[in-house]
Amino acid sequence: MDVDRKEILARFTKDRANLVPILQNIQETEGYLSPEAIYEISRFLNMTGNDIYSVASFYAQFRFERQGKHTIKVCQGTACHVRGGHQILETVERELKLLPGRVTTDDYEFTLERVACFGSCALAPVMVVDSNVYGRVTTAKVKQLLAEFREK
Amino acid sequence: MSLDEIRKQALSESAVLEQSKKTRILIGTGTCGRAAGAMAVLETINKELAQGKIDAVVTQVGCIGLCYIEPLVDIIKPGRPRICYSRVTPEIMTQLIQDYIINDNPRPDLALGTIGEESVPGIPKLFDHPMLKPQVRIALRNCGHIDPENVKEYVANGGYSGLDRALKMTPEEVIAEVKISGLKGRGGAGFATWQKWEFCRKAPGKEKYVICNADEGDPGAFMNRLLLEGDPHSVLEGMVIGAYGIGATQGYVYCRAEKPLAIARLRVALKQAAELGLVGKNILGSGFDFPIEIREGAGAFVCGEETALMLSIEGMRGMPKPRPPFPATAGLWGKPTNINNVETWGNVSAIFQKDANWYAGFGTKTSKGTKTFALAGKVERTGLIEVPLGITLRQIVFDIGGGVPNGKKFKAVQTGGPSGGCIPASLLDLPVDYESLTKAGSIMGSGGMIIADSDTCMVDLARYFLSFCQAESCGKCVPCREGTGQMLEILTDITEGKSKPGDIDLLLQLADGIRSGSLCALGNTSPNPVLTTIKYFRDEYEAHINEKRCPAGVCKNLISYYIDPEKCQGCLICLRNCPASAIAGDKRMIHVINPEKCIKCGVCLEVCPAKFSAVVKVSGKKPATPEKPIPVGSWGKQ
Repeated sequence: MDVDRKEILARFTKDRANLVPILQNIQETEGYLSPEAIYEISRFLNMTGNDIYSVASFYAQFRFERQGKHTIKVCQGTACHVRGGHQILETVERELKLLPGRVTTDDYEFTLERVACFGSCALAPVMVVDSNVYGRVTTAKVKQLLAEFREK
Repeated sequence: MSLDEIRKQALSESAVLEQSKKTRILIGTGTCGRAAGAMAVLETINKELAQGKIDAVVTQVGCIGLCYIEPLVDIIKPGRPRICYSRVTPEIMTQLIQDYIINDNPRPDLALGTIGEESVPGIPKLFDHPMLKPQVRIALRNCGHIDPENVKEYVANGGYSGLDRALKMTPEEVIAEVKISGLKGRGGAGFATWQKWEFCRKAPGKEKYVICNADEGDPGAFMNRLLLEGDPHSVLEGMVIGAYGIGATQGYVYCRAEKPLAIARLRVALKQAAELGLVGKNILGSGFDFPIEIREGAGAFVCGEETALMLSIEGMRGMPKPRPPFPATAGLWGKPTNINNVETWGNVSAIFQKDANWYAGFGTKTSKGTKTFALAGKVERTGLIEVPLGITLRQIVFDIGGGVPNGKKFKAVQTGGPSGGCIPASLLDLPVDYESLTKAGSIMGSGGMIIADSDTCMVDLARYFLSFCQAESCGKCVPCREGTGQMLEILTDITEGKSKPGDIDLLLQLADGIRSGSLCALGNTSPNPVLTTIKYFRDEYEAHINEKRCPAGVCKNLISYYIDPEKCQGCLICLRNCPASAIAGDKRMIHVINPEKCIKCGVCLEVCPAKFSAVVKVSGKKPATPEKPIPVGSWGKQ
């Protein structure tokens, strides 16, 4: 893991403008931003860890906890909202037995994210599992998809 | 290399393709196409190619905007017109390959339309399709027609000729040309593009920046995604033209990370343009340098606001700054900066490829040209359209969009996303231009249009938008941070049946404060959805507050489900699917929902077979139903 991190950092100059791209690259390979990663970035950019957290926590994209094997994103955009996106979200929560406030299942199989809009509104409601986009999702389809991905 | 040489190369490549007498297959693989299953269709085509069954050139193209009948596949056989097929599945693709490509039967039963001069008996012209006919495609001119990952196809279709023309003009002439076109910023505010450029040109400073705002974050909007996925070069070309007019030294495209395909296609386009000397150093031998960098947003809606976006590029929290100073004088890193959105840049390249007067010939006196709109929600034909400004909402919703599906009644159209408003049926003949929409209490915005029908609760919709703005508020200024929170609490109370008389007035008061007191447009405009729904749908608010009833049957606390004992046939389907085990019943016994256990998820309504339609949703008083399951047919006979 450490080697990867150094490789990523080596692609950038020690310029604060690179902070967000660095965080994005690290999260891409490690899945989330660990305290160790933040520490290493802070040494590299000569910034305090606090400064880095203040930027990272501002943006919805960054995560600070270990993620599940599969990421489920349920769209909560307007078109999805009027076409029942909330019911899709509730169905996923129910099927994954997620308690309020939790986004990752205890077995680290799935992480659930609510997303503002994917821009695939014409096919609302939309759900994305890993990098696969599914349109016109129904509650029945949710159950089927979860079962499929559980086996993968 | 000069543009003439690049064009010659591009044209000879397409001539070689034409002479090869190979069939061409174009498949739309934008995000919408993928969501509808385009990748499985592509796999089928590739499999047949690999088996040697057919010899064809396959091109992945962007989306033509007919999202509701995706996936779309076009087949061009040598000497035959181009035929577009819609709702293609792997099975249909196999049939088309067998019947049309191998046996020369164009299958009019499966075809949507032909593109081009010639026609095929039994197949209409694609651009006579009701969704396409009223459109004028300027920004979207190439979407769905060219391979977005091949710069040569863009050049062969007139691409970069606008840049070539601009570079032969003086920067002042470039700005004058934009002034003639009448182009206004397509990101929402509608500021005159030429004026913005001139402010930045005149601002003192050696280093200047040009930014393309592709942080399309309004829920319900996908105009920029579609343009970047389908024709990224048109945006890059526009940026270089603008940079030349302004005298900028560096460009950035700030793109939302939730649109990964747009970013990927943009990266490919940028690399190809740089290789041909169309961006970067000494562009087309003119001596003008303009490198462009791509920055991915990290999921903050407020970064669509220009000052926040610039701070985000600098590696800071994306919190808006008070203006003045305006970005034109002190923007990115304190240097003069010009920022326009994706569609604006796409129009700039079109204006220079043709001419400003031609562009100004579309639209109205004060709102010139065309605008793209994303149609979604409760409308028959969802997708992306481009129409001349001044067209009426009725034409958009009914002629192009095909009206509301399933025989439901049109209620409102929401324009402008979280900053916009809801426009009711009585204003359907309103012309769509910057001034008229503002007068109605909404805004043009970037172009999202969500259609609401009788099943959409306007109070819930207002609450939805407000919860979005509340969550996305950066927290810097109090009116936005605290005010939207207070409004959201009141609205939540209303939708949950806990409201008090006087809540509407309180909402109006808060809205006024937030409107005038917030630092940036996110806050200023956040009350718009609430204000317009109160203005046009006050009766719905009153039903929630006074009668604790949701007329549209949406607000969970105010609705309940029951099973009609006259219709239930005791089939067990709802009982088995109920996630809360709230339904009692047996085979041939009338099922009964236990209101104590019911979580109002609506699954029973969804799964009840259409021939029975026994599950009913009500808001208000529920009719009498059996207390426990009784045999089918025995209700009312005791």
